[in-house]
Amino acid sequence: MDSTVTTGAEESVWGGGNRPLGASYGKLMMWFFLVSDALTFSGFLAAYGFSRFKFMETWPIADEVFTHVPFFHGNYPMYYVAFMTFILIMSSVTMVLAVDAGHRMKQNSVIWYLFLTIIGGAIFVGSQAWEWATFIKGDYGAVETKGGRILQFVKADSGDRASLADFAKTIPGERVAHEKNNGLWFYDEGYQPSYSLNEVKAGFQANTNILIRTETINAEGEKEVLSRQESLAKLQNATQVVEGANLIHNEYGSRLFADFFFFITGFHGFHVFSGVMINLIIFFNVVLGTYERRGHYEMVEKVGLYWHFVDLVWVFVFTFFYLV
Amino acid sequence: MSATAHAHIEDHADDHGHHHKETFVTKYIFSQDHKMISKQYLITGLIMGFIGIAMSLMFRMQLAWPGQSFPIFEALLGDWAPNGVMDADIYLALVTIHGTIMVFFVLTAGLSGTFSNLLIPLQIGARDMASGFLNMVSYWLFFLSSVIMICSLFVEAGPASAGWTIYPPLSALPMAQSGSGMGMTLWLVSMAIFIASSLLGSLNYIVTVINLRTKGMSMTRLPLTIWAFFITAIIGVVSFPVLLSAALLLIMDRSFGTSFFLSDIFIQGEVLHYQGGSPVLYEHLFWFLGHPEVYIVLLPALGITSEVMSTNARKPIFGYRAMIASIIAIAFLSTIVWGHHMFISGMNPFLGSVFTFTTLLIAIPSAVKAFNYITTLWKGNLQLNPAMLFSIGLVSTFITGGLTGIILGDSTLDINVHDTYFVVAHFHLVMGISALYGLFAGVYHWFPKMFEGKMMNKNLGYVHFWITAICAYGVFFPMHFVGMAGVPRRYYENTAFPMFDELTDVQVLMTVFALIAGLAQLVFLGNFIYSMFYGKKGPLNPWKSNTLEWTAPQEHIHGNWPGAIPHVHRWAYDYSKTDVDGEYIIPGQDFIPQSTPLHDNEEEENH
Repeated sequence: MDSTVTTGAEESVWGGGNRPLGASYGKLMMWFFLVSDALTFSGFLAAYGFSRFKFMETWPIADEVFTHVPFFHGNYPMYYVAFMTFILIMSSVTMVLAVDAGHRMKQNSVIWYLFLTIIGGAIFVGSQAWEWATFIKGDYGAVETKGGRILQFVKADSGDRASLADFAKTIPGERVAHEKNNGLWFYDEGYQPSYSLNEVKAGFQANTNILIRTETINAEGEKEVLSRQESLAKLQNATQVVEGANLIHNEYGSRLFADFFFFITGFHGFHVFSGVMINLIIFFNVVLGTYERRGHYEMVEKVGLYWHFVDLVWVFVFTFFYLV
Repeated sequence: MSATAHAHIEDHADDHGHHHKETFVTKYIFSQDHKMISKQYLITGLIMGFIGIAMSLMFRMQLAWPGQSFPIFEALLGDWAPNGVMDADIYLALVTIHGTIMVFFVLTAGLSGTFSNLLIPLQIGARDMASGFLNMVSYWLFFLSSVIMICSLFVEAGPASAGWTIYPPLSALPMAQSGSGMGMTLWLVSMAIFIASSLLGSLNYIVTVINLRTKGMSMTRLPLTIWAFFITAIIGVVSFPVLLSAALLLIMDRSFGTSFFLSDIFIQGEVLHYQGGSPVLYEHLFWFLGHPEVYIVLLPALGITSEVMSTNARKPIFGYRAMIASIIAIAFLSTIVWGHHMFISGMNPFLGSVFTFTTLLIAIPSAVKAFNYITTLWKGNLQLNPAMLFSIGLVSTFITGGLTGIILGDSTLDINVHDTYFVVAHFHLVMGISALYGLFAGVYHWFPKMFEGKMMNKNLGYVHFWITAICAYGVFFPMHFVGMAGVPRRYYENTAFPMFDELTDVQVLMTVFALIAGLAQLVFLGNFIYSMFYGKKGPLNPWKSNTLEWTAPQEHIHGNWPGAIPHVHRWAYDYSKTDVDGEYIIPGQDFIPQSTPLHDNEEEENH
């Protein structure tokens, strides 16, 4: 095959009757598919940039959002996502080793390296699920104003964030819950925040050590903290208590932040998940000796391309969401 | 062991000697043969085309005779036309679905899908597409998306009616208008499947052209059809995924409450929770596909025209390399001009001037192509068969439509005619009619290749061409003036504006032309169906053409050539080539097929 690539006008590299890029059609298809997928992600990231630019002065600060590490309490900004990223990149390394072992037709090495790749991918997807759960559950809680802006709370003396539980009063309510045995139509009560708006307001008025922090970023790159007077006035605009983030409300600030976070990491996570599934199929084929019989491990190479791509996309997502 | 690896890849190309037992299902339905898939694409595309054209005739009637009762409306639209008077909602729906069907289903899948599938393997000398299976999947996804789009016509609240560009909020809020509900959902589902289909098709076309060219078929010996399909597939791979991004974000807004494209919306006095999003963002994402899409539609037609025109002028195509360069230049530029669709959307005016600049640059490669076509015709020995007439027609509409593009591409001029019928006239001529002419030229030219040597009736072809050509200009030429007078597009009726009253006669004129043009397509349809079964069988190479597909036997066999694949020794355009004495290289024959080796003392055309 390669011997056809010789000199002479008729038999030049692009002269036909050969594979000018030295790759099989399947591998080329994978490359072009990745081009197309890259553009889908570019579309999302461009949309993210567009929206973030629009709200540059009020965008949430990622260091204050992603601060948790499983099994540890405290403020560890970015530690866990750095760990996730490291795992994903390591799984790319093991994938390279698997492809290399495939070139050298070492079935057992391919099995092991592919296995490690799958484990790495699974850890990443699991971590992402945990990250989502933490983000959805929320941290300190906040209130949302009539205009849809988020007001957070800080302690005046230390400057630390104050959670709703730190100051909200518990006002025994007159609520009567409709229960199953009292009527034909019974729906589960919808989600209720831990404290009602009135409880938050009352607690705020009672505790002079609490100030309001707005979404606005000041010249020092920090969120602006209002004076006690301004805070009291501002709180009058509050319409509801927000705990955690979902597609509609987001205690960390702009709801577009949450929308894009869920959407882009979700779309990427879906890619990683598919990648793990595909790797698993290929893994079983390797174990069964399919490629040994076929005489080459090109399939490992193709899924390897996909895996590296997913990894590369994460580097961009990580950069734009967490780092800058 | 690396030798075995290569052996595996090579046997793909040569392992077609044996014949599988084919059943009806594997031959006609789930076929993996590119020739059958191409016919499936063509016929699905034509059916969609007839639906799309029928819709346009209906709303043209409404425009000419607003509020008039027609029994045909009552018959076809049912409750949408109470007492035979077309409802405003269905008018919008018809406009929307007409645009969607014509742009995507007819001129993207029907045109590029048909001819890329038919011609890429046959003209480059390949047994089939790189992956017959993915090719089959690609067609059936297209079929599925067509079925879903047609189903959306029967939804109780009506099909999508936000325009084919489906701008939010009309497309994002199910309660925005009647067509924003289930109809819009089905539209999105259908288009998502269409994008997958288009992606699989394009991947196949690209890798087939790269990897499966026969020996001697260098990139600069490829017929221009293949260059056009190749580049079209690349812009498809680059731009459709961005439409997918837009569609996915839109689906999130529609169904899951995100605010990507929505902000501060009141419906019937109620504030919706959406906040912070921007419809301009949607427009950016949409038109990043939308503009290349224009060239996805047009480039295959231009490629077909190059081939048909050179063959029937009995002359080499003028400026072969310039043609390739301009295809590539158009493809590149098409990805950086999308903003000219958004001049009055609230986009930064400075950005508008940048997009004006890049847009006007496209005039250069387009003009190169137009002049090359004309110089190919110049002093040619013109064979004016229907395919040739349609090709010449394409050049004509490409120029007329292109000239108004210069006006629309300039942001300062565009503001005056934005969203008027001037725009409608422009894009219908330059991409709609031109691409349709390319489609017709291709069908007349390659019909014998598709249907085992049967030819279409020439005289009916002439009737089809002349009526279509006259009526197409009859519809779209006056439309420019209507647009310049300020009549806005997409309006159900303009009776409320007294200043448009005197244009009523022009509207009637356009509609009459449109109706006649619609009838002329029935001539084509009849000719097509009749010839498919009873067409006269022509010679192996009916147009005395050089390209490889005419060396393959008329009977369709899996693998295209019974013996070895022919090798290629020259470019595709050695028409009327003479030696130093002024005699034809092959005595008595004014064409030299690509598979003919160079003769002694013959110099290869240094194109």
